[in-house]
Amino acid sequence: MATAKKKLVQWEPTDVKKELLKKYPAKVARKRAKQILINEALENTTPEITANVRTIPGIITMRGCTYAGCKGVIMGPTRDIVNLVHGPIGCSFYAWLTRRNQTDAGVDGENYIPYCFSTDMQDSDIIFGGEKKLAAAIQEIYDIFHPKAITIFATCPVGLIGDDIHTVARNMKAQLGDCNVFAFSCEGYKGVSQSAGHHIANNQVFTHMVGENNDEKAGEYKINLLGEYNIGGDGFEIDRILRKCGITTISTFSGNSTYDQFASAHKADLSCVMCHRSINYVADMMETKFGIPWIKVNFIGAKSTIKSLRKIAEYFGDQKLIDRVEAVIAEEMPAVDAVCSDVLTRTAGKTAMLFVGGSRAHHYQDLFAEMGMKTISAGYEFAHRDDYEGRRVIPTLKVDADSRNIEELEIEADPERFKPRKTEAELKALEEKGFKFKEYDGIMPDMDPGALVIDDCNQYEAEKLVELMKPDIFCAGIKEKFSIQKLGVPMKQLHSYDSGGPYAGFKGAVNFYKEIDRLVNSKVWSYMKAPWQESPELSATYVWE
Amino acid sequence: MLLRHTPKEISERSAVTINPAKTCQPIGAMYAALGIHGCLPHSHGSQGCCAYHRSALTRHYKEPVSASTSSFTEGSSVFGGQANLLQAINNIFTVYDPEIIAVHTTCLSETIGDDLNQIFDKAYKEGTVPKGKTLVGAPTPSYVGSHVTGFSNMVKAMADLAEPTGKKNGKVNVIPGWVEPSDMEEIKRLAKLVGADITLFPDTSGVLNGPLSGEYHMFPQGGVTVAELKGCGDAIGTLALGEWCSADAARLLDTKYKVPCRILDMPFGLKATDRFIDALRTISGTVVPEEVSYERGQLVDLISDMHQYFYHKKVALFGDPDQLIAMTEFLVSIDMCPVHLVTGTPGKRFEKRIKELTKDMPFEVNVRAKGDLFLLHQWIKNEPVDLLIGNTYGKYIARDEDIPFIRWGFPILDRQGHQYFPTVGYKGGLHFLEKVLNALLDRMDRDSAEEKFELVY
Repeated sequence: MATAKKKLVQWEPTDVKKELLKKYPAKVARKRAKQILINEALENTTPEITANVRTIPGIITMRGCTYAGCKGVIMGPTRDIVNLVHGPIGCSFYAWLTRRNQTDAGVDGENYIPYCFSTDMQDSDIIFGGEKKLAAAIQEIYDIFHPKAITIFATCPVGLIGDDIHTVARNMKAQLGDCNVFAFSCEGYKGVSQSAGHHIANNQVFTHMVGENNDEKAGEYKINLLGEYNIGGDGFEIDRILRKCGITTISTFSGNSTYDQFASAHKADLSCVMCHRSINYVADMMETKFGIPWIKVNFIGAKSTIKSLRKIAEYFGDQKLIDRVEAVIAEEMPAVDAVCSDVLTRTAGKTAMLFVGGSRAHHYQDLFAEMGMKTISAGYEFAHRDDYEGRRVIPTLKVDADSRNIEELEIEADPERFKPRKTEAELKALEEKGFKFKEYDGIMPDMDPGALVIDDCNQYEAEKLVELMKPDIFCAGIKEKFSIQKLGVPMKQLHSYDSGGPYAGFKGAVNFYKEIDRLVNSKVWSYMKAPWQESPELSATYVWE
Repeated sequence: MLLRHTPKEISERSAVTINPAKTCQPIGAMYAALGIHGCLPHSHGSQGCCAYHRSALTRHYKEPVSASTSSFTEGSSVFGGQANLLQAINNIFTVYDPEIIAVHTTCLSETIGDDLNQIFDKAYKEGTVPKGKTLVGAPTPSYVGSHVTGFSNMVKAMADLAEPTGKKNGKVNVIPGWVEPSDMEEIKRLAKLVGADITLFPDTSGVLNGPLSGEYHMFPQGGVTVAELKGCGDAIGTLALGEWCSADAARLLDTKYKVPCRILDMPFGLKATDRFIDALRTISGTVVPEEVSYERGQLVDLISDMHQYFYHKKVALFGDPDQLIAMTEFLVSIDMCPVHLVTGTPGKRFEKRIKELTKDMPFEVNVRAKGDLFLLHQWIKNEPVDLLIGNTYGKYIARDEDIPFIRWGFPILDRQGHQYFPTVGYKGGLHFLEKVLNALLDRMDRDSAEEKFELVY
């Protein structure tokens, strides 16, 4: 039995780490020791963490699979593409509406998000192959819905029985004529986590959709927003702010996205990367092929939103935009400040732990900081070393057996459409002013020395951390939620946000302040014990007359 | 309209399933295994399966659901998952120390051909299973049957833990099927009232409806113990509630361990509960106390009091075969008319049974095993209904077609209560009819013209 009663004020991080590892078999302890790190401020560098390595069988992980990363995360929020899962029914069923990607069906009204499509493979398909059934399913979907595109997702058995989904896709695309059909080899066993699935998805999106529509797009200051999935309406709030500033979003990868957004993405003049983990390579490919530079942005937290807006304005360098951005900030911030200063009186000094995603464990620290809350431990579920230590480590990353299987696209400049958005001199001038392109320093430089950074944190470690360090709030996913709350510590889901959102942008920051205030100060945490449990001894008796 | 692309015209489909009314085997096995005390369910496949099943069960129960996985990589998919499972067994007993690990397979490990028994043998021989601890395994290929099949397979594996001593222990095995923890609790209460000494398995009460007390127990109080399961071979008989979920286990106990069995319907509603109570008292040789007859009378009373609101109301239902069969009988018994029924689980017997139960109804019945919600929605568009009953996914149809909707089945992701308030038994029947009345009468209150708006129903 675990309880979160003891508060570990006197424990050193090294002791906590020792406690976390104590119960493991020696081999497991050795491996986990490299993924649990005590943050230190080193000069010009960061300590090295092991990340993006295999999950240990039997250790209750927070991670999901490659299919989840591909179908669930990247393609899930696309609204006018029919996503067809080729496999037994479960994989499609579990990815059906469970990620809280909000969608506006728009004027065209096409919206397949409430639908779930599967070939529902049976044993005969496993034995004799499922290609015919897959082709028939595509035809049936086309006949009923006539969508712009049908995409196919491979599940575990598909790879094993050798169904050639890409050939089926190619043939069906040719046969149908006016429907793009392509496939993802995203079998669940590939890679070590969802991350491989993001990569497989993005590669195919880039290959089969980006650049398909060469029509000019109206609007000024055109950007792509990469790695924003519109969970709880985050994307809607970011869109609202960008629109208000006069910035045109050509495409969002992939929250509330449409086929045409992907197809037109090469028409943007800047790529803004939200979730570094799931999409930084797309930003690189956009730059190489079309000449679109990229910057890292973060719309989680009011201050981060301001910083990101200013960065975009500075890139375009147009005084009209710079002034507009400042006017929007001035207009939006009073409401944010009002709530923040009120909430601060109840949240300041409290502590948080964040184990989520590939970027959120970093981004959300900004919001907690705005509330005066300190992040005492954090880590990613499926990130790579560059998300911890910064992009400077990318050239030194070793390609292991698991990452070797995930295709890296060889991209060259498009002979007709490559167009540098800025001249060498302009870029240099920006950089001299301190403007940073394609830079991300990772989570560790932003965390306090002594904070515990834990990669692929598991259920046992999470429970132990809460028991030892008793944070005021713990953030992870649905699977972790209730074991933490049983300990009397509030838990906020940062994958799908439980029920709230948006948390991005200005209105999102206000929502988040209120939500965290509600959680950490809820009366319910004081109801754990009944009066007779708190003082079981009878000290007096009533005399009834 | 959320399901705006669903046309009224029905075209036959042979290849694509749209909006399924089932999921895959392993989650059923995981749910069943959670009904064993001190059990860690283990998914032998890639880690996404386990993550998805845990997430779905957690969303349904709002409770911790611990389960581990073999975390297959590409290598294990080629060379087999034995090494991963052996390593997992060792890690699980060292770190989590459960009494029993209940392993189920996945489409991945089944396609490769991993043999759980052979891997278990190796684990025992290598000494990775501490003395007194147990491994149990069930094959649950996702490409056969549905989540119901997986549940049944794990329950069968549980029954096969029986170690008969040759001496009858006077107990009755009751296999409740895939019902809620609240239902399992209610079955135990009824058995106690009837004076029958039962072994209920699986039993998720006390596991997935636990209290919040500031303490976390990875293995909560509830669940059937391994010792009780070993004893089920000495029982005087088995009552299996539901052909799809429970019959295989009961028949195994019958043929292999000579424990006679009866297959009943799930005790939803008056008639099925009558049969259950009657079978229970017969097999255990007890007298049904007045208290139970009194509860029965209360249910009959409510049916009689509110019959005018049930009479000839058309209902569409989707869910799992055992549940739908019993519920259809219940609805027909109060003169409601189930007109569209879909289960995603295959089995022609289902269609046959529903047709029998509804043969005297004044309306045509559409029934489909291995159907989906897309088809159900199309049926509803062609022949509208007064009430929709099914899991949370039904809310999209209910909203689009503006139909009163009762959440019942698995999964329920957006309402609470299923883990606390039963549907089985007479009390469960009362509770369910309360929901039916609320749904129908709220709608009447909403839609009636001002001059027809009434105070008393």
